[in-house]
Amino acid sequence: MLNSLGREIPEYIEGIGKLEPYQGALTKLSKGWMDEPTIPAPNKAYLPHQSKLCNSLEEAILRSNPHNGMTISFHHHLRNGDILLVQTLTILHNMGIRYITLASSSLNECHDPILPYLEDGTVTRIYSSGIRSQLGRAVAMGVLDIPVVIHSHGGRVRSIHTGKIQIDLTVIAASAADCEGNATGSHGKSAFGSIGYAVIDARYAKQVIVVTDNLVNFPCIPLSISQNFVDQVVVVDSIGDASKIATGTTRITNSPMDLRIAKLAADVIEHSGFFEPGFAFQVGAGGASLAVAKFIREKMKTKAIKGSFMLGGITSYCVDMLNDGLFETIFDVQSFDATVSNSLLNNRRHIEIPAALYANPFNCGCITNKIDVVVLGALEIDVDFNVNVITGSEGNVRGASGGHSDTASGAKLTVVVCPSFRGRIPIIKKRVHTIVTPGESIHVLVTERGICVNPAFPELEANLKKAGLNIKDIHDLEIEVDKITGIPAPLEYTDKIVGIVEYRDGTIIDVVHQLKEK
Amino acid sequence: MLYIPGNNPAMIQQGGVYGADSILLDLEDAVALNQKDAARTLVRNMINVIDFYDAEVCVRVNHLSTPFGLADLEAIVPLQPSAIRYPKTESGEEVAELLKIIEQIEDRHGLPHNKMTLHAMIETAMGVQNVFDIASKFDRVDAITIGGQDLTADMNIVYTPDGAGIDFARKRIVMAAKASHIDVIDTVFPDVNDEEGLRRETEYAKRIGFTGKAVINPRQIEIIHDVYTPTDEEVRKAYRIVKEFKINSAAGIGVFAIDGKMIDAPIVTRAEYILRLANVTVG
Repeated sequence: MLNSLGREIPEYIEGIGKLEPYQGALTKLSKGWMDEPTIPAPNKAYLPHQSKLCNSLEEAILRSNPHNGMTISFHHHLRNGDILLVQTLTILHNMGIRYITLASSSLNECHDPILPYLEDGTVTRIYSSGIRSQLGRAVAMGVLDIPVVIHSHGGRVRSIHTGKIQIDLTVIAASAADCEGNATGSHGKSAFGSIGYAVIDARYAKQVIVVTDNLVNFPCIPLSISQNFVDQVVVVDSIGDASKIATGTTRITNSPMDLRIAKLAADVIEHSGFFEPGFAFQVGAGGASLAVAKFIREKMKTKAIKGSFMLGGITSYCVDMLNDGLFETIFDVQSFDATVSNSLLNNRRHIEIPAALYANPFNCGCITNKIDVVVLGALEIDVDFNVNVITGSEGNVRGASGGHSDTASGAKLTVVVCPSFRGRIPIIKKRVHTIVTPGESIHVLVTERGICVNPAFPELEANLKKAGLNIKDIHDLEIEVDKITGIPAPLEYTDKIVGIVEYRDGTIIDVVHQLKEK
Repeated sequence: MLYIPGNNPAMIQQGGVYGADSILLDLEDAVALNQKDAARTLVRNMINVIDFYDAEVCVRVNHLSTPFGLADLEAIVPLQPSAIRYPKTESGEEVAELLKIIEQIEDRHGLPHNKMTLHAMIETAMGVQNVFDIASKFDRVDAITIGGQDLTADMNIVYTPDGAGIDFARKRIVMAAKASHIDVIDTVFPDVNDEEGLRRETEYAKRIGFTGKAVINPRQIEIIHDVYTPTDEEVRKAYRIVKEFKINSAAGIGVFAIDGKMIDAPIVTRAEYILRLANVTVG
């Protein structure tokens, strides 16, 4: 069957179930409720003064009813410094547990060591917002029989509420925790800031293990994860490679190209009609995206504009803007450096939020619904403004859906920033390999060679033209870039589906086919 | 004016996207000796293929006293970029000799002598002494520039952030350009991370009469544009002056007053210059 973007979606996939095709960014939400029922959270009881402390992660796992076919989850707040996911799966592998569903909120390069467990049947299914490196390559080549499911951050919460992801065991790394399992990421030697993605896992997992390298006296404050959801607590020497968890402060890029794109994007925002007192703003942590914040910061000071809140992945740059008085509040679902942890801990206007409040579409209003302006990146974008942030030009799974479609859906102005080509590869395509965020959610594309406005938003285009910005038709820009780079030979795929891309409402926006061996 | 090393294809390819008014593809100091041939070939092949958008494209060739200068001219002149930039220009005689060679090449290719212009770089004490000859005697010289690093080396002094050592040269070069009614471009600011220093130096260059400034990194363009772009207030004031001037001229009045201040021809000329910079016309 075809979804509304013309992508062929199977009606049913063995191991996944029946699929519903994507029908529009707000189609399902406009009903006012979710079709699927929510499942109850686990029912537990603990006796007074019962100890939750275990001597080792292995002991805690043994107490957690490990079994074939179990679903295990992790958060990715430690990013590329995480070691617990690999340790846990190695323990389960050594116990002989098989057919595991891995439901980590994202997967990074540091998780490559589990590749043998995908090959030998220890792990047979994956739900994640992102997959990269060797794992992404292996997934694209068809290492798993059952396709991986790529979801957004908000969509993951929905999947857990509906029981599509039923977590048997979650292992939650915390930089500080007490003996009852009250836990946080906001202080300790391995502080990583917000622990927002793990909150839904703690609420719904049948077994919850908190692992920390910093056992503090009861109570651990703040109670980012609270003890009433935690079964066991393990103290280890280290929860991860501190040098890759949170280092120093995030720096603005020196790349002239990124700065050029960021400056143009800031000009777009300034003249969009949404740059006004009380505006809510989200930017990413890398390259051009973060650099937009630098230029917006200058414009806010020049025009004496004070915003309402910043949201999302939070960098020290966001914290600086809060401290400058340029925004009233930060809502932080994920933090990116040590400075952020300090602010999160000490500034009451810097608020830690769970993924459900951040981006779950099916509740009485997630915070992404209140964004005015969001700046996002892209691996590819097509002439219909559909964005791919999951598969690379070589066909590998190498990115993350993350909050891309969540924030794009909510924002009044979604700005995609990317170079028009990377290396020799054009980024603007007639048709992206994989759609993660639908074009209807994207208002404007900013590249170094021009600005393209989605024709669905003529008023925005008029505003930007009036300001004298270099507006081009996206079809013209695509042709211009193709003239520079040439058109790459198409990738070759088999009929086997190796991944499905779930839109935030649970419908399927695209699928990823197996790459042909060369 | 953005310097781009002539042996860097990626930078040449992206040269036009940063909003510089002018791109300078460099075959001289930015290119190592063992890369000279490669750079010349690369620039020759890319110059008419790459879209530099609205930027003027110039090529800095090597000096004719080097083994590369003549080969550079033979390769580049037939492509007729907007301008050839010639380094270490020291005298009017030298310019005359250079133009003779350029015109011979143009003749061989059936090209006119009035399309491509010449930018003379003043980078030695001798060049500073002879700058008026260089600037004033040749129609094809439409800009002169100062090369601060080479000039300080020639003077056996160290370049300092206050530019004390080259201040006389700067002002002499500016005066020669003004007397010849041609553009004059200031030297590069070498510390790409010192944005405040760049702004200070550019403001100074503008104050003493330079019409632009060269940059070695695209990150520096914005600041230079910011300094050189007239403010809204300046444009409004200039618009009013020119408009009043037109009205008074039509009535046969040469000197008039706005808000009690006398407006005469020099003030009108300056106002017209500001409106040209701002792309504003008075109807």
